[in-house]
Amino acid sequence: MACIEARGLAKSYGKTHALRGLDLKVEEGRILGLIGPNGAGKSTALQAMLGLIPYQGELKVLGLDPWTQRDKLMERVCFIADVAVLPRWLKVADAVDFVAGVHPRFDRAKADGFLAKTTIKRTSKVGQLSKGMVAQLNLALVMAVDAQLLVLDEPTLGLDLLYRKAFYDSLLNDYFDETRTIVVSTHQVEEIQHILTDVAFIDRGRIVLDCGMEAFEARYAELMTSADKADAARALGPMQERSVFGRHIFLFDGAERARLAQLGEVRTPSLADLFIAMMSPSQGVSE
Amino acid sequence: MTAASTVPNKVQPFRWSVRRELWEHRSILIAPVAIAAVVLVGFLISTAGMPGRRVQTLQLDAAHQALVMGQPYAFADAAITATVVIVAWLYCLSAMFNERRDRSILFWKSLPVSDLTATLAKAMVPMAIIPAVAFVLIAVTEGLILLLSTLILAAGGVSLATPWTIGSVAEQGVVLAYGLVCLSLWLAPVYAWFLAVSAWAKRTPFLWAVLPPVALCLLEKVAFGTTRLASLLADRLTGSERHALVAHAGLQFQMPKGPAPVPPSGLASLDPGKFLSTPGLWIGLAVAAGLTALAVWLRRRRDPL
Repeated sequence: MACIEARGLAKSYGKTHALRGLDLKVEEGRILGLIGPNGAGKSTALQAMLGLIPYQGELKVLGLDPWTQRDKLMERVCFIADVAVLPRWLKVADAVDFVAGVHPRFDRAKADGFLAKTTIKRTSKVGQLSKGMVAQLNLALVMAVDAQLLVLDEPTLGLDLLYRKAFYDSLLNDYFDETRTIVVSTHQVEEIQHILTDVAFIDRGRIVLDCGMEAFEARYAELMTSADKADAARALGPMQERSVFGRHIFLFDGAERARLAQLGEVRTPSLADLFIAMMSPSQGVSE
Repeated sequence: MTAASTVPNKVQPFRWSVRRELWEHRSILIAPVAIAAVVLVGFLISTAGMPGRRVQTLQLDAAHQALVMGQPYAFADAAITATVVIVAWLYCLSAMFNERRDRSILFWKSLPVSDLTATLAKAMVPMAIIPAVAFVLIAVTEGLILLLSTLILAAGGVSLATPWTIGSVAEQGVVLAYGLVCLSLWLAPVYAWFLAVSAWAKRTPFLWAVLPPVALCLLEKVAFGTTRLASLLADRLTGSERHALVAHAGLQFQMPKGPAPVPPSGLASLDPGKFLSTPGLWIGLAVAAGLTALAVWLRRRRDPL
């Protein structure tokens, strides 16, 4: 059974169409990066999956309807909506007590173990912690829950590089296994590229790219070549061209690597490069 | 570890949701305790010359005696009750607004606690927790006043039989509890209205809660020259004692002019039959239930601010 299955998912706020028929299928045991520009509908899509907002279209998460079966769903799903949504007045020890008191799948010993690795004091209030420590606390609470799906919406926004790296490292090393699924949306595409198994690009309320990372690596290629071979490269139909210090860089979708290799250096593009190529308004050959 | 291998925790979402409210709203306890302390300090200052005054009081007729001797107790009761009602209103106005303003609602909603449970836990605070705080505080304050008067009067050589003749301590406890329960039930629609507004308002829940009723009262007065809505609201805000006690009972502050009958007191002053047959009580509770349901609905759908 797919962990998340959305078909024709739509959501409007007045005249603004946040989601316009979004289709997405996420299998169990995957780490999906949901990537899109501001206002593309990432948060709206995640909110719909978490049963926070009503929607049109078909949506099943762990086989449940998120809007009508939300209370059941929340026993099996965890999410971090944003950094700093833990209330400032909450004491660290009380936060652990509270989650232990309401969540049937919370393992207090695990949470204590994660917290022991940080410098967070149990008597501190959230308002006294740094932004990075709040994210650590939230992650410790979430990782101690034996959930099947973890949804992270911009979980590291505003954190410094060290915290961001530590955040994804502990997620991968201490939490993720083949029984769990993680969906993460973020702008910091390059930092999470190596942890993803799948990637979906979302633009103006629709999925514009949805593939596994192996397929991504097989399908997209970046060619770096000199000016005299640029015309030959253009003849192969690149999806984007740019030049850096007199070198021409072409991005290809589905081109044969052996042929590209005759023209210059070939490598797998970064998600960020592909993102820019697919999202830039002209979406064609740039100057 | 797989999902199936974990033994589920025993969970008590409602109990923990109530505790969470008390962690956030410390003023529920602090404000009434502060007022009780002020009342006690005032009483301590007033004990200077108390034995002499008591001898004079004992010359008065029974009605005046009861009034004078009961005054510090009535005052402690009134001051603490008024404080907890104000605290309860302020609590209700912020209970569903603050969590949206600081976006912490997204954290609470990430846990398996339904909007119904969370909202009922919030309604529980003004309906049960705050009255319980009031009961303990008033009992302790009045107990201390009784103890201090007894000691001071004994030291001043005034008869020990006099400090508390209105009723036994246990009886006073019943009267106090009855009064607080009736007050909660009578004010339930007000609390529920404030909760619903706090779940709905995008800013200034206080103004949204207070101005529309005031505006409607004004409209009625200007348009029809009547004050029906205003008297209805006034009865709702201040009428609990009038509906719950027999006539002429309740806290007394005004000295009767000339000889007067002793007002009913103790268990004899309670009239639960009258209270339970007041249509306003049941209409109010129905309105409270409706507004609470609305607050649950709003919490489910309103976005964080």
